[in-house]
Amino acid sequence: MADFRMPSLGADMETGTVSEWLVKPGDSIRKGDPIAVIDTDKALIEVESFHTGVVGRLVVNTGERVPVGTTLAVVDERTPAERAPAEPSPPPPEPSPAHVLSPLVRRLAAERGMDLTSLRGTGPGDTVTRADVERAAGPEGTVPPGRTEPAAGRATTGPATVPAPPAPPEPARSKASPLARRLARELDLDLATVPGTGRTGAVRADDVRRAAAVRSDAARHAPPVNAPGQAVRQDERREQAMRQAIARAMTRSKREIPHYYLTSTIDMSTALAWLRERNRELPVSERVLPAALLLKAAATAAAEVPRLNGFWIDDGFVPGEAVHLGMAISLKGGGLIAPALHDAAGRDLADLMAGMKDLVSRVRSGRLRAAEMTEATMTVTNLGDQGVESVHGVIYPPQVALVGFGRILERPWAVHGLLGVRPLVTVTLAADHRATDGYTGGRFLAAVGRLLDHPAEL
Amino acid sequence: MTPEQARQYVEDALGRVAPDARLQDIPPDADFRDLFELDSLDFLSYVENLSEASGRRIDEDDYPEITTMAGAVGFLARSTP
Repeated sequence: MADFRMPSLGADMETGTVSEWLVKPGDSIRKGDPIAVIDTDKALIEVESFHTGVVGRLVVNTGERVPVGTTLAVVDERTPAERAPAEPSPPPPEPSPAHVLSPLVRRLAAERGMDLTSLRGTGPGDTVTRADVERAAGPEGTVPPGRTEPAAGRATTGPATVPAPPAPPEPARSKASPLARRLARELDLDLATVPGTGRTGAVRADDVRRAAAVRSDAARHAPPVNAPGQAVRQDERREQAMRQAIARAMTRSKREIPHYYLTSTIDMSTALAWLRERNRELPVSERVLPAALLLKAAATAAAEVPRLNGFWIDDGFVPGEAVHLGMAISLKGGGLIAPALHDAAGRDLADLMAGMKDLVSRVRSGRLRAAEMTEATMTVTNLGDQGVESVHGVIYPPQVALVGFGRILERPWAVHGLLGVRPLVTVTLAADHRATDGYTGGRFLAAVGRLLDHPAEL
Repeated sequence: MTPEQARQYVEDALGRVAPDARLQDIPPDADFRDLFELDSLDFLSYVENLSEASGRRIDEDDYPEITTMAGAVGFLARSTP
Protein backbone atom coordinates (compact mmCIF):
# COMPACT_ATOMS: atom_id res chain seq x y z
CA MET A 1 0.00 0.00 0.00
CA ALA A 2 1.27 3.44 -0.85
CA ASP A 3 -0.03 6.76 0.37
CA PHE A 4 -0.92 9.56 -1.94
CA ARG A 5 -0.26 12.66 0.16
CA MET A 6 -1.14 16.32 -0.14
CA PRO A 7 1.85 17.59 -2.14
CA SER A 8 3.66 20.83 -1.48
CA LEU A 9 3.00 22.94 -4.56
CA GLY A 10 5.24 25.87 -3.82
CA ALA A 11 7.04 27.50 -0.94
CA ASP A 12 3.97 29.40 0.13
CA MET A 13 1.67 26.40 0.37
CA GLU A 14 0.92 25.00 3.81
CA THR A 15 -2.52 23.54 3.29
CA GLY A 16 -4.54 22.45 0.31
CA THR A 17 -8.07 21.41 -0.52
CA VAL A 18 -9.05 18.48 -2.66
CA SER A 19 -11.21 20.23 -5.20
CA GLU A 20 -12.01 17.15 -7.22
CA TRP A 21 -11.09 13.50 -7.30
CA LEU A 22 -10.24 12.31 -10.81
CA VAL A 23 -10.21 8.68 -9.71
CA LYS A 24 -12.40 6.47 -7.58
CA PRO A 25 -11.75 3.38 -5.52
CA GLY A 26 -11.02 0.45 -7.77
CA ASP A 27 -9.56 2.52 -10.62
CA SER A 28 -6.29 1.33 -12.05
CA ILE A 29 -3.77 4.14 -12.24
CA ARG A 30 -0.29 4.46 -13.52
CA LYS A 31 2.50 6.67 -12.27
CA GLY A 32 1.96 10.09 -13.84
CA ASP A 33 -1.81 9.77 -14.26
CA PRO A 34 -3.76 12.76 -12.97
CA ILE A 35 -5.38 11.69 -9.74
CA ALA A 36 -6.87 14.79 -8.12
CA VAL A 37 -7.34 18.52 -8.56
CA ILE A 38 -5.91 20.42 -5.62
CA ASP A 39 -6.99 23.94 -4.74
CA THR A 40 -3.96 25.71 -3.29
CA ASP A 41 -5.86 28.99 -2.80
CA LYS A 42 -3.88 30.34 -5.71
CA ALA A 43 -4.94 27.97 -8.43
CA LEU A 44 -6.44 24.63 -9.26
CA ILE A 45 -3.58 22.23 -9.79
CA GLU A 46 -3.85 18.85 -11.38
CA VAL A 47 -1.75 16.43 -9.39
CA GLU A 48 -0.31 13.23 -10.79
CA SER A 49 0.12 9.91 -9.06
CA PHE A 50 3.58 8.81 -7.95
CA HIS A 51 2.46 5.22 -7.89
CA THR A 52 1.14 2.53 -10.19
CA GLY A 53 -1.62 0.38 -8.81
CA VAL A 54 -5.26 0.38 -7.87
CA VAL A 55 -6.92 3.15 -5.91
CA GLY A 56 -7.95 1.69 -2.60
CA ARG A 57 -9.50 4.33 -0.46
CA LEU A 58 -10.10 8.05 -0.77
CA VAL A 59 -9.24 9.32 2.69
CA VAL A 60 -10.03 12.99 2.33
CA ASN A 61 -13.33 14.35 1.08
CA THR A 62 -13.55 16.99 -1.60
CA GLY A 63 -13.77 20.42 -0.01
CA GLU A 64 -11.70 19.39 2.98
CA ARG A 65 -8.67 21.54 3.78
CA VAL A 66 -5.68 19.61 5.07
CA PRO A 67 -1.99 20.31 5.76
CA VAL A 68 0.68 19.39 3.21
CA GLY A 69 1.74 15.79 3.79
CA THR A 70 -1.67 14.50 4.85
CA THR A 71 -2.59 11.16 3.32
CA LEU A 72 -5.30 11.79 0.74
CA ALA A 73 -5.73 8.35 -0.72
CA VAL A 74 -4.28 4.88 -0.48
CA VAL A 75 -2.98 3.14 -3.58
CA ASP A 76 -2.59 -0.62 -3.69
CA GLU A 77 0.60 -1.27 -5.61
CA ARG A 78 0.26 -5.03 -5.77
CA THR A 79 -0.31 -6.70 -9.11
CA PRO A 80 -3.73 -8.27 -9.69
CA ALA A 81 -2.20 -11.70 -9.06
CA GLU A 82 -0.83 -10.64 -5.71
CA ARG A 83 -4.15 -9.15 -4.83
CA ALA A 84 -6.12 -12.23 -5.80
CA PRO A 85 -7.28 -13.43 -2.38
CA ALA A 86 -10.71 -11.92 -1.95
CA GLU A 87 -10.57 -8.72 -0.08
CA PRO A 88 -13.58 -6.69 0.98
CA SER A 89 -13.90 -3.80 -1.42
CA PRO A 90 -13.28 -0.55 0.44
CA PRO A 91 -16.46 1.53 0.23
CA PRO A 92 -19.18 -0.29 2.15
CA PRO A 93 -22.21 0.65 0.01
CA GLU A 94 -20.69 -1.04 -3.00
CA PRO A 95 -22.14 -4.39 -3.96
CA SER A 96 -19.66 -6.41 -5.90
CA PRO A 97 -21.14 -7.51 -9.20
CA ALA A 98 -20.97 -11.22 -8.75
CA HIS A 99 -23.63 -11.46 -11.38
CA VAL A 100 -23.30 -12.47 -14.96
CA LEU A 101 -22.40 -9.56 -17.14
CA SER A 102 -23.31 -9.49 -20.78
CA PRO A 103 -20.40 -9.41 -23.23
CA LEU A 104 -21.66 -6.04 -24.44
CA VAL A 105 -21.35 -4.57 -20.97
CA ARG A 106 -17.88 -6.01 -20.56
CA ARG A 107 -16.77 -4.59 -23.88
CA LEU A 108 -18.26 -1.17 -23.17
CA ALA A 109 -16.52 -1.05 -19.82
CA ALA A 110 -13.23 -2.15 -21.34
CA GLU A 111 -13.48 0.47 -24.06
CA ARG A 112 -13.97 3.12 -21.44
CA GLY A 113 -11.21 1.77 -19.27
CA MET A 114 -13.63 1.22 -16.41
CA ASP A 115 -13.45 -1.25 -13.61
CA LEU A 116 -16.73 -3.14 -13.47
CA THR A 117 -16.30 -3.98 -9.82
CA SER A 118 -16.65 -0.31 -9.03
CA LEU A 119 -20.10 -0.09 -10.60
CA ARG A 120 -23.41 -0.56 -8.92
CA GLY A 121 -25.81 -2.58 -11.01
CA THR A 122 -29.42 -1.57 -11.48
CA GLY A 123 -30.45 -4.56 -13.57
CA PRO A 124 -32.28 -7.63 -12.26
CA GLY A 125 -30.36 -9.04 -9.31
CA ASP A 126 -28.10 -5.98 -9.26
CA THR A 127 -26.58 -6.93 -12.59
CA VAL A 128 -24.55 -4.18 -14.18
CA THR A 129 -26.33 -3.07 -17.32
CA ARG A 130 -25.22 -1.15 -20.33
CA ALA A 131 -26.99 1.93 -18.97
CA ASP A 132 -25.00 1.69 -15.73
CA VAL A 133 -21.74 1.70 -17.62
CA GLU A 134 -22.79 4.62 -19.74
CA ARG A 135 -24.02 6.57 -16.77
CA ALA A 136 -20.83 5.95 -14.83
CA ALA A 137 -18.72 6.90 -17.79
CA GLY A 138 -20.44 10.25 -17.95
CA PRO A 139 -21.44 12.21 -21.00
CA GLU A 140 -17.93 12.07 -22.44
CA GLY A 141 -17.68 8.41 -21.74
CA THR A 142 -15.44 7.58 -24.65
CA VAL A 143 -12.44 9.19 -23.01
CA PRO A 144 -10.60 6.65 -20.91
CA PRO A 145 -9.85 7.93 -17.43
CA GLY A 146 -6.42 9.31 -16.87
CA ARG A 147 -5.95 10.37 -20.46
CA THR A 148 -5.98 13.85 -21.89
CA GLU A 149 -8.22 16.33 -20.11
CA PRO A 150 -9.87 14.75 -17.14
CA ALA A 151 -13.53 15.54 -17.52
CA ALA A 152 -14.94 17.73 -14.84
CA GLY A 153 -17.22 15.84 -12.55
CA ARG A 154 -16.28 12.36 -13.62
CA ALA A 155 -15.43 11.50 -10.06
CA THR A 156 -18.90 12.42 -8.99
CA THR A 157 -20.82 10.68 -11.75
CA GLY A 158 -19.88 7.19 -10.65
CA PRO A 159 -21.89 5.77 -7.81
CA ALA A 160 -18.88 4.38 -5.99
CA THR A 161 -17.22 7.62 -5.06
CA VAL A 162 -18.43 8.10 -1.53
CA PRO A 163 -15.14 8.71 0.26
CA ALA A 164 -14.36 6.40 3.12
CA PRO A 165 -13.90 7.73 6.64
CA PRO A 166 -10.44 8.98 7.55
CA ALA A 167 -7.73 6.37 7.72
CA PRO A 168 -6.15 5.31 10.99
CA PRO A 169 -2.92 7.18 11.75
CA GLU A 170 0.02 6.09 9.63
CA PRO A 171 3.17 4.74 11.20
CA ALA A 172 5.67 7.54 11.68
CA ARG A 173 8.34 7.94 9.05
CA SER A 174 11.82 7.33 10.28
CA LYS A 175 13.48 10.45 9.00
CA ALA A 176 13.20 13.20 11.61
CA SER A 177 15.57 15.06 13.86
CA PRO A 178 15.48 14.20 17.59
CA LEU A 179 14.22 17.68 18.43
CA ALA A 180 11.47 17.31 15.82
CA ARG A 181 10.42 14.03 17.38
CA ARG A 182 10.25 15.51 20.85
CA LEU A 183 8.29 18.53 19.65
CA ALA A 184 5.87 16.33 17.75
CA ARG A 185 5.24 14.29 20.90
CA GLU A 186 4.69 17.41 22.97
CA LEU A 187 2.36 18.90 20.41
CA ASP A 188 0.59 15.61 19.86
CA LEU A 189 1.34 15.67 16.14
CA ASP A 190 1.75 12.64 13.94
CA LEU A 191 5.21 12.97 12.38
CA ALA A 192 4.08 11.10 9.30
CA THR A 193 1.78 13.95 8.40
CA VAL A 194 4.51 16.57 8.67
CA PRO A 195 6.21 17.47 5.38
CA GLY A 196 9.96 17.49 5.84
CA THR A 197 12.16 20.22 4.38
CA GLY A 198 15.47 18.83 5.58
CA ARG A 199 17.89 16.94 3.41
CA THR A 200 16.22 13.95 1.76
CA GLY A 201 12.91 15.04 3.19
CA ALA A 202 13.81 14.67 6.84
CA VAL A 203 11.44 16.40 9.23
CA ARG A 204 13.03 19.25 11.13
CA ALA A 205 11.86 21.02 14.26
CA ASP A 206 10.70 24.01 12.24
CA ASP A 207 8.54 21.75 10.11
CA VAL A 208 6.79 20.45 13.19
CA ARG A 209 6.15 23.94 14.51
CA ARG A 210 4.79 24.98 11.15
CA ALA A 211 2.54 21.94 10.90
CA ALA A 212 1.23 22.63 14.40
CA ALA A 213 0.46 26.21 13.43
CA VAL A 214 -1.35 25.04 10.32
CA ARG A 215 -3.32 22.54 12.34
CA SER A 216 -4.65 25.17 14.71
CA ASP A 217 -5.18 27.52 11.83
CA ALA A 218 -7.09 24.91 9.86
CA ALA A 219 -9.20 24.14 12.89
CA ARG A 220 -10.13 27.78 13.27
CA HIS A 221 -10.90 28.28 9.62
CA ALA A 222 -12.54 24.96 8.99
CA PRO A 223 -14.40 25.41 5.72
CA PRO A 224 -18.14 25.59 6.15
CA VAL A 225 -20.11 22.71 4.76
CA ASN A 226 -21.10 23.58 1.23
CA ALA A 227 -24.43 25.31 1.31
CA PRO A 228 -26.18 27.22 -1.43
CA GLY A 229 -25.70 30.97 -1.41
CA GLN A 230 -22.19 30.80 -0.09
CA ALA A 231 -20.42 31.31 -3.39
CA VAL A 232 -19.61 34.92 -2.61
CA ARG A 233 -18.16 34.09 0.76
CA GLN A 234 -16.10 31.34 -0.82
CA ASP A 235 -14.67 33.83 -3.28
CA GLU A 236 -13.80 36.23 -0.50
CA ARG A 237 -12.19 33.48 1.50
CA ARG A 238 -10.22 32.41 -1.52
CA GLU A 239 -9.00 35.93 -2.16
CA GLN A 240 -8.01 36.30 1.45
CA ALA A 241 -6.23 32.96 1.44
CA MET A 242 -4.30 33.91 -1.68
CA ARG A 243 -3.25 37.18 -0.09
CA GLN A 244 -2.05 35.25 2.92
CA ALA A 245 -0.14 32.77 0.77
CA ILE A 246 1.65 35.60 -1.04
CA ALA A 247 2.29 37.33 2.29
CA ARG A 248 3.92 34.21 3.72
CA ALA A 249 6.19 33.62 0.74
CA MET A 250 7.24 37.23 0.39
CA THR A 251 7.81 37.71 4.12
CA ARG A 252 9.94 34.60 4.17
CA SER A 253 11.85 35.91 1.18
CA LYS A 254 12.57 39.29 2.74
CA ARG A 255 13.43 37.71 6.08
CA GLU A 256 15.75 35.03 4.77
CA ILE A 257 17.15 36.26 1.48
CA PRO A 258 19.74 39.05 1.43
CA HIS A 259 18.70 40.59 -1.89
CA TYR A 260 20.98 42.63 -4.07
CA TYR A 261 19.70 44.55 -7.09
CA LEU A 262 21.27 45.42 -10.41
CA THR A 263 19.77 47.41 -13.24
CA SER A 264 20.64 47.86 -16.85
CA THR A 265 19.05 49.69 -19.78
CA ILE A 266 18.87 47.88 -23.09
CA ASP A 267 18.37 49.36 -26.53
CA MET A 268 15.62 47.28 -28.13
CA SER A 269 15.72 48.78 -31.64
CA THR A 270 17.49 45.80 -33.25
CA ALA A 271 15.27 43.30 -31.44
CA LEU A 272 12.02 45.08 -32.28
CA ALA A 273 12.97 45.63 -35.92
CA TRP A 274 13.84 41.96 -36.25
CA LEU A 275 10.59 40.90 -34.57
CA ARG A 276 8.57 43.20 -36.80
CA GLU A 277 10.13 41.76 -39.88
CA ARG A 278 9.52 38.23 -38.63
CA ASN A 279 5.88 38.87 -37.71
CA ARG A 280 5.10 40.57 -41.02
CA GLU A 281 5.20 37.23 -42.79
CA LEU A 282 3.04 35.42 -40.28
CA PRO A 283 -0.66 35.05 -39.48
CA VAL A 284 -1.71 36.62 -36.19
CA SER A 285 -1.74 33.27 -34.40
CA GLU A 286 1.97 32.75 -35.06
CA ARG A 287 3.19 36.23 -34.23
CA VAL A 288 5.61 36.62 -31.38
CA LEU A 289 5.32 39.37 -28.80
CA PRO A 290 8.29 41.32 -27.48
CA ALA A 291 7.50 39.79 -24.07
CA ALA A 292 8.38 36.32 -25.44
CA LEU A 293 11.67 37.66 -26.77
CA LEU A 294 12.50 39.10 -23.34
CA LEU A 295 11.67 35.78 -21.67
CA LYS A 296 13.80 33.90 -24.14
CA ALA A 297 16.73 36.27 -23.60
CA ALA A 298 16.45 35.89 -19.82
CA ALA A 299 16.29 32.10 -20.09
CA THR A 300 19.26 31.89 -22.43
CA ALA A 301 21.28 34.22 -20.18
CA ALA A 302 20.37 32.06 -17.18
CA ALA A 303 21.71 29.03 -19.01
CA GLU A 304 24.97 30.96 -19.56
CA VAL A 305 25.18 32.02 -15.90
CA PRO A 306 23.89 28.91 -14.13
CA ARG A 307 24.67 30.18 -10.62
CA LEU A 308 21.50 32.26 -10.84
CA ASN A 309 19.36 29.37 -11.98
CA GLY A 310 18.38 27.07 -9.14
CA PHE A 311 17.61 26.94 -5.45
CA TRP A 312 19.13 27.83 -2.11
CA ILE A 313 18.42 24.84 0.12
CA ASP A 314 19.98 24.04 3.49
CA ASP A 315 22.76 26.60 3.25
CA GLY A 316 23.81 25.51 -0.19
CA PHE A 317 23.11 26.23 -3.84
CA VAL A 318 21.41 23.50 -5.84
CA PRO A 319 21.57 24.23 -9.58
CA GLY A 320 18.43 23.75 -11.67
CA GLU A 321 18.55 20.81 -14.09
CA ALA A 322 17.37 23.12 -16.88
CA VAL A 323 16.02 26.66 -17.08
CA HIS A 324 12.40 26.32 -16.01
CA LEU A 325 11.41 29.93 -16.16
CA GLY A 326 8.71 31.03 -13.75
CA MET A 327 6.46 33.56 -15.41
CA ALA A 328 4.71 35.94 -13.04
CA ILE A 329 1.09 36.22 -14.14
CA SER A 330 -1.35 38.56 -12.46
CA LEU A 331 -4.83 37.20 -11.93
CA LYS A 332 -7.80 39.22 -13.06
CA GLY A 333 -9.42 38.99 -9.65
CA GLY A 334 -6.22 40.11 -7.92
CA GLY A 335 -3.22 38.14 -6.80
CA LEU A 336 -0.28 36.64 -8.57
CA ILE A 337 1.03 33.28 -9.62
CA ALA A 338 4.30 32.28 -11.27
CA PRO A 339 4.10 28.88 -12.96
CA ALA A 340 7.06 27.48 -14.88
CA LEU A 341 7.69 27.46 -18.59
CA HIS A 342 9.67 24.27 -18.84
CA ASP A 343 13.07 24.29 -20.51
CA ALA A 344 12.64 27.88 -21.66
CA ALA A 345 16.28 28.09 -22.77
CA GLY A 346 16.03 24.99 -24.93
CA ARG A 347 12.83 25.86 -26.77
CA ASP A 348 12.69 28.02 -29.86
CA LEU A 349 10.93 31.35 -29.83
CA ALA A 350 7.70 30.21 -31.49
CA ASP A 351 7.42 27.30 -29.09
CA LEU A 352 8.04 29.57 -26.11
CA MET A 353 5.42 32.01 -27.30
CA ALA A 354 2.89 29.19 -27.62
CA GLY A 355 3.84 27.96 -24.16
CA MET A 356 3.35 31.45 -22.75
CA LYS A 357 -0.14 31.75 -24.26
CA ASP A 358 -1.11 28.32 -23.02
CA LEU A 359 0.13 29.04 -19.50
CA VAL A 360 -1.68 32.36 -19.24
CA SER A 361 -4.96 30.94 -20.47
CA ARG A 362 -4.75 28.00 -18.09
CA VAL A 363 -3.87 30.25 -15.16
CA ARG A 364 -6.94 32.36 -15.80
CA SER A 365 -9.50 29.77 -16.73
CA GLY A 366 -8.24 26.28 -16.29
CA ARG A 367 -5.79 24.19 -14.46
CA LEU A 368 -2.09 24.06 -13.93
CA ARG A 369 0.01 20.99 -13.50
CA ALA A 370 1.89 20.22 -10.33
CA ALA A 371 5.27 20.36 -12.06
CA GLU A 372 4.53 23.87 -13.25
CA MET A 373 3.98 24.99 -9.68
CA THR A 374 7.07 23.49 -8.13
CA GLU A 375 9.82 23.38 -10.69
CA ALA A 376 10.52 27.01 -11.63
CA THR A 377 14.26 27.63 -11.26
CA MET A 378 14.15 31.40 -11.76
CA THR A 379 11.28 33.85 -12.23
CA VAL A 380 10.66 36.68 -14.65
CA THR A 381 8.19 39.45 -14.01
CA ASN A 382 7.18 41.75 -16.81
CA LEU A 383 5.20 44.76 -15.70
CA GLY A 384 5.71 46.57 -18.98
CA ASP A 385 2.06 46.37 -19.93
CA GLN A 386 1.17 48.51 -16.93
CA GLY A 387 3.56 51.22 -18.06
CA VAL A 388 5.98 50.53 -15.24
CA GLU A 389 9.50 51.66 -16.03
CA SER A 390 11.37 49.16 -13.88
CA VAL A 391 10.61 46.56 -11.23
CA HIS A 392 12.84 45.55 -8.33
CA GLY A 393 11.30 42.21 -7.47
CA VAL A 394 11.15 39.98 -4.44
CA ILE A 395 12.69 36.56 -5.00
CA TYR A 396 10.34 33.59 -4.73
CA PRO A 397 12.05 31.19 -2.33
CA PRO A 398 13.89 28.87 -2.63
CA GLN A 399 14.88 30.39 -5.98
CA VAL A 400 17.90 32.68 -6.01
CA ALA A 401 17.05 35.25 -8.66
CA LEU A 402 14.21 37.23 -10.13
CA VAL A 403 14.39 39.20 -13.36
CA GLY A 404 12.15 42.20 -13.94
CA PHE A 405 11.37 43.91 -17.22
CA GLY A 406 9.71 47.30 -17.46
CA ARG A 407 7.94 48.89 -20.36
CA ILE A 408 9.64 49.36 -23.69
CA LEU A 409 9.68 53.14 -24.05
CA GLU A 410 11.06 55.51 -26.64
CA ARG A 411 13.75 57.65 -25.05
CA PRO A 412 16.70 59.79 -26.05
CA TRP A 413 19.79 57.58 -26.27
CA ALA A 414 23.34 58.27 -27.29
CA VAL A 415 24.82 55.95 -29.91
CA HIS A 416 28.30 56.50 -31.33
CA GLY A 417 28.35 60.02 -29.98
CA LEU A 418 25.01 60.93 -31.50
CA LEU A 419 21.74 61.45 -29.70
CA GLY A 420 18.79 59.56 -31.12
CA VAL A 421 15.38 58.26 -30.06
CA ARG A 422 15.42 54.55 -29.30
CA PRO A 423 13.03 52.03 -27.75
CA LEU A 424 14.59 51.16 -24.40
CA VAL A 425 13.78 48.60 -21.76
CA THR A 426 15.01 48.53 -18.19
CA VAL A 427 15.95 45.08 -16.96
CA THR A 428 16.48 44.49 -13.27
CA LEU A 429 17.98 41.55 -11.47
CA ALA A 430 17.13 40.80 -7.86
CA ALA A 431 19.47 38.07 -6.66
CA ASP A 432 20.27 36.16 -3.49
CA HIS A 433 23.59 37.37 -2.09
CA ARG A 434 24.11 34.04 -0.35
CA ALA A 435 24.28 32.32 -3.72
CA THR A 436 25.99 34.92 -5.89
CA ASP A 437 27.68 38.31 -5.86
CA GLY A 438 27.12 41.37 -8.00
CA TYR A 439 29.80 40.26 -10.40
CA THR A 440 27.81 37.19 -11.40
CA GLY A 441 24.62 39.25 -11.59
CA GLY A 442 26.39 41.73 -13.84
CA ARG A 443 27.43 38.96 -16.21
CA PHE A 444 23.81 37.89 -16.43
CA LEU A 445 22.53 41.37 -17.33
CA ALA A 446 25.33 41.79 -19.87
CA ALA A 447 24.29 38.51 -21.46
CA VAL A 448 20.64 39.62 -21.68
CA GLY A 449 21.73 42.82 -23.43
CA ARG A 450 24.02 41.01 -25.86
CA LEU A 451 21.31 38.44 -26.72
CA LEU A 452 18.72 41.11 -27.41
CA ASP A 453 21.21 42.77 -29.72
CA HIS A 454 21.36 39.56 -31.75
CA PRO A 455 17.74 38.43 -31.70
CA ALA A 456 18.08 36.12 -34.68
CA GLU A 457 20.26 33.84 -32.56
CA LEU A 458 17.60 33.50 -29.88
CA MET B 1 -19.04 45.07 -44.57
CA THR B 2 -21.59 47.28 -42.85
CA PRO B 3 -20.66 49.16 -39.68
CA GLU B 4 -23.22 47.02 -37.81
CA GLN B 5 -21.54 43.81 -38.93
CA ALA B 6 -18.14 45.24 -38.10
CA ARG B 7 -19.27 46.21 -34.62
CA GLN B 8 -20.59 42.72 -34.07
CA TYR B 9 -17.21 41.21 -34.99
CA VAL B 10 -15.41 43.60 -32.65
CA GLU B 11 -17.78 42.87 -29.78
CA ASP B 12 -17.44 39.13 -30.27
CA ALA B 13 -13.66 39.32 -30.43
CA LEU B 14 -13.53 41.47 -27.29
CA GLY B 15 -16.07 39.38 -25.44
CA ARG B 16 -13.80 36.37 -25.70
CA VAL B 17 -10.83 38.08 -24.05
CA ALA B 18 -12.82 40.17 -21.56
CA PRO B 19 -15.84 38.02 -20.69
CA ASP B 20 -17.07 40.44 -18.02
CA ALA B 21 -16.97 43.48 -20.29
CA ARG B 22 -20.12 45.48 -20.84
CA LEU B 23 -19.88 45.71 -24.57
CA GLN B 24 -22.95 47.86 -25.19
CA ASP B 25 -21.64 50.98 -23.49
CA ILE B 26 -18.15 51.21 -24.90
CA PRO B 27 -17.25 54.85 -25.59
CA PRO B 28 -16.25 55.01 -29.27
CA ASP B 29 -12.80 56.48 -28.64
CA ALA B 30 -11.80 54.63 -25.47
CA ASP B 31 -8.72 52.44 -25.73
CA PHE B 32 -9.75 48.80 -25.13
CA ARG B 33 -6.45 48.09 -23.44
CA ASP B 34 -7.13 50.63 -20.71
CA LEU B 35 -10.85 50.04 -20.57
CA PHE B 36 -10.61 46.27 -20.05
CA GLU B 37 -7.07 46.11 -18.64
CA LEU B 38 -5.85 44.03 -21.54
CA ASP B 39 -2.19 43.04 -21.47
CA SER B 40 -0.24 42.41 -24.64
CA LEU B 41 -1.26 38.75 -24.72
CA ASP B 42 -4.95 39.62 -24.30
CA PHE B 43 -4.67 42.18 -27.05
CA LEU B 44 -3.04 39.64 -29.35
CA SER B 45 -5.93 37.22 -28.69
CA TYR B 46 -8.38 39.96 -29.54
CA VAL B 47 -6.59 40.63 -32.83
CA GLU B 48 -6.51 36.91 -33.54
CA ASN B 49 -10.24 36.55 -32.88
CA LEU B 50 -11.07 39.59 -34.96
CA SER B 51 -8.96 38.52 -37.90
CA GLU B 52 -10.32 35.01 -37.82
CA ALA B 53 -13.99 36.02 -37.59
CA SER B 54 -13.90 38.84 -40.10
CA GLY B 55 -11.53 37.14 -42.52
CA ARG B 56 -9.57 40.38 -42.66
CA ARG B 57 -5.78 40.38 -42.60
CA ILE B 58 -4.57 42.53 -39.71
CA ASP B 59 -0.91 43.56 -39.69
CA GLU B 60 1.00 44.89 -36.71
CA ASP B 61 0.91 48.29 -38.38
CA ASP B 62 -2.88 48.21 -38.08
CA TYR B 63 -2.87 47.58 -34.34
CA PRO B 64 -3.03 51.25 -33.27
CA GLU B 65 -6.19 51.74 -35.32
CA ILE B 66 -8.13 48.85 -33.87
CA THR B 67 -7.65 49.72 -30.20
CA THR B 68 -10.92 51.72 -30.11
CA MET B 69 -14.44 50.86 -31.17
CA ALA B 70 -14.62 53.72 -33.68
CA GLY B 71 -11.21 52.81 -35.11
CA ALA B 72 -11.88 49.08 -35.32
CA VAL B 73 -15.31 49.48 -36.93
CA GLY B 74 -13.87 51.96 -39.42
CA PHE B 75 -10.98 49.63 -40.19
CA LEU B 76 -13.22 46.62 -40.85
CA ALA B 77 -15.93 48.55 -42.71
CA ARG B 78 -13.33 50.06 -45.01
CA SER B 79 -11.64 46.80 -45.79
CA THR B 80 -14.23 45.01 -47.90
CA PRO B 81 -16.55 46.40 -50.52
